Amino acid sequence: MRLKRCVALAIFLASLMPLGASAQNGIPEGIQIGLSTDRVSITSDFAGAELTIFGALDNADPLISRQGRYDVVVVLEGPARPVIVRKKTRFLGMWINTQSEVFKDVPASYSMALTRAPQDITDPDGYRRLALGADNLYLQPLDADGDPKTIEEFTAALRERKEATGLYSTRVGGVRFLSQNLFRATLTLAPNVAVGTHRARAFLFRNGNFLRETSAQLTIRKAGLEQRLYEFAQQHGMIYGILAVLVAIVTGWLGRVIFRKD
Amino acid sequence: MSVNVFVLLAMGGAVGFLSGMFGVGGGFLITPLLIFYNIPPAIAVATGANQVIASSFSGALVHFKRKTLDFKLGTVLLAGGIVGASFGAMVFAYLRRLGQLDLIVSLLYVVFLGVVGGLMLLESVRAISRARGGQTISLRKPGQHNWIHRLPLKMRFRASKLFVSVIPVLVLGAFIGFLASIMGVGGGFIMVPALIYLLKVPTNVVIGTSLFQIIFVAAFTTIIHSTANQTVDVVLAFLLMVGGVAGAQYGARVGQRLRGEQLRALLALLVLAVALRLAFDLFVKPASVYSLSIGGA
Repeated sequence: MRLKRCVALAIFLASLMPLGASAQNGIPEGIQIGLSTDRVSITSDFAGAELTIFGALDNADPLISRQGRYDVVVVLEGPARPVIVRKKTRFLGMWINTQSEVFKDVPASYSMALTRAPQDITDPDGYRRLALGADNLYLQPLDADGDPKTIEEFTAALRERKEATGLYSTRVGGVRFLSQNLFRATLTLAPNVAVGTHRARAFLFRNGNFLRETSAQLTIRKAGLEQRLYEFAQQHGMIYGILAVLVAIVTGWLGRVIFRKD
Repeated sequence: MSVNVFVLLAMGGAVGFLSGMFGVGGGFLITPLLIFYNIPPAIAVATGANQVIASSFSGALVHFKRKTLDFKLGTVLLAGGIVGASFGAMVFAYLRRLGQLDLIVSLLYVVFLGVVGGLMLLESVRAISRARGGQTISLRKPGQHNWIHRLPLKMRFRASKLFVSVIPVLVLGAFIGFLASIMGVGGGFIMVPALIYLLKVPTNVVIGTSLFQIIFVAAFTTIIHSTANQTVDVVLAFLLMVGGVAGAQYGARVGQRLRGEQLRALLALLVLAVALRLAFDLFVKPASVYSLSIGGA
């Protein structure tokens, strides 16, 4: 099912200040983003969605705006979790997990939207300093003393797998200026997006230089009944199991009653 | 995880239809199908066990009414089953930590489905050719005993007209319980032939007794997996149950119209097909040799 669901987030414009040349007055530019809701619910048939975030620049210099020399990068980072990367090799003709590497605090998802291609916004060093972009995320192996070559291989595999499953994504042109001050960022939520607290961050660049960063939190949770079942299963596993058994017995019995031939 | 409600209902319905037609629980088909549908094997196994309860309970009710159910034999089997299932759940959790669960689950399925399917196919092909020749044979030869009947600690099972040692009964129960918790099956496809051929239980009480003990072993497995691994998905299981219970009714009607040995040959082919498909996935180079899982330290 290719149900594109647009999780619409309304405009949050704290300050549409008079378009003064404040930047020239020495007041630095600022950036703000706003989410109309701090919660997004997903259902079990969730097939991915687009998340729209609106934002605004404060004290933008109209001249630089007109020349399109402001750039914005918006990132939605999923909750950090330990991840095991396993590698299969051939053994007796079968493909079997033989090697593994554990990484600490890996963001479950990392969705990035930019106004232009990354290399047109700032240089690779700039991204590295900000730890911005999936390639610059620091993925820390649990066993830091391991063979550097192996760690490098598994780090690359981790990124590659996350990208292949759509969890790490980059959208060039995903951020668009609607006016001189106002912008809209469209981010991708993968079908298997993790539930938990996500962090939206926006980075403002001028002429290739990083100026300022802002962030907001967003909780992604399963919809209604499913969220409650999920929480219940995690917290009261045994009672959940007993209830699952009762559901099965009642279903089996009802089936008998409904379909009885005599 | 993104799933389609109708696919699950259809899957439950198709397996239910087959299980009604052939008189098997269907757990051994549900779990592989869920795996083919990209449900993680750990969840497929635990949810499969939950689904098995519904179909077994539905089936056991019939046998309870017809009094073709040996409670005493079922209870002894169950005692062994609980021990086996507990041990199986521990092995399950250990394999999962090790990252070898998927492999072992697939391997067990390939081996058991391959062996059972192969034997059934041979037997039914022989029966078909014999039927053409006009001969008949009976499965049970009453006077015949084997080494199992010489073991100590004998117990009398009246409903089964049986006087055997409890040791093989407990061992069989434990073995089935172990498989139930690792493979998410009821184990009927092993239990039924074992009861008939090894313990010489009369055919008419075999299915009822097997279903009776499967209900409890599957219930126990479901609770253990839910407590230890949180891998039971009750919504998923419920959809499969609804499809399964409905499908079973129609399957049973179709089954009555087909001849026994033809039915068994068909089931054998189906079982072999599932085994081959699972084996194929083991031996063919995966799209990516790397995989991720949450957890660790």
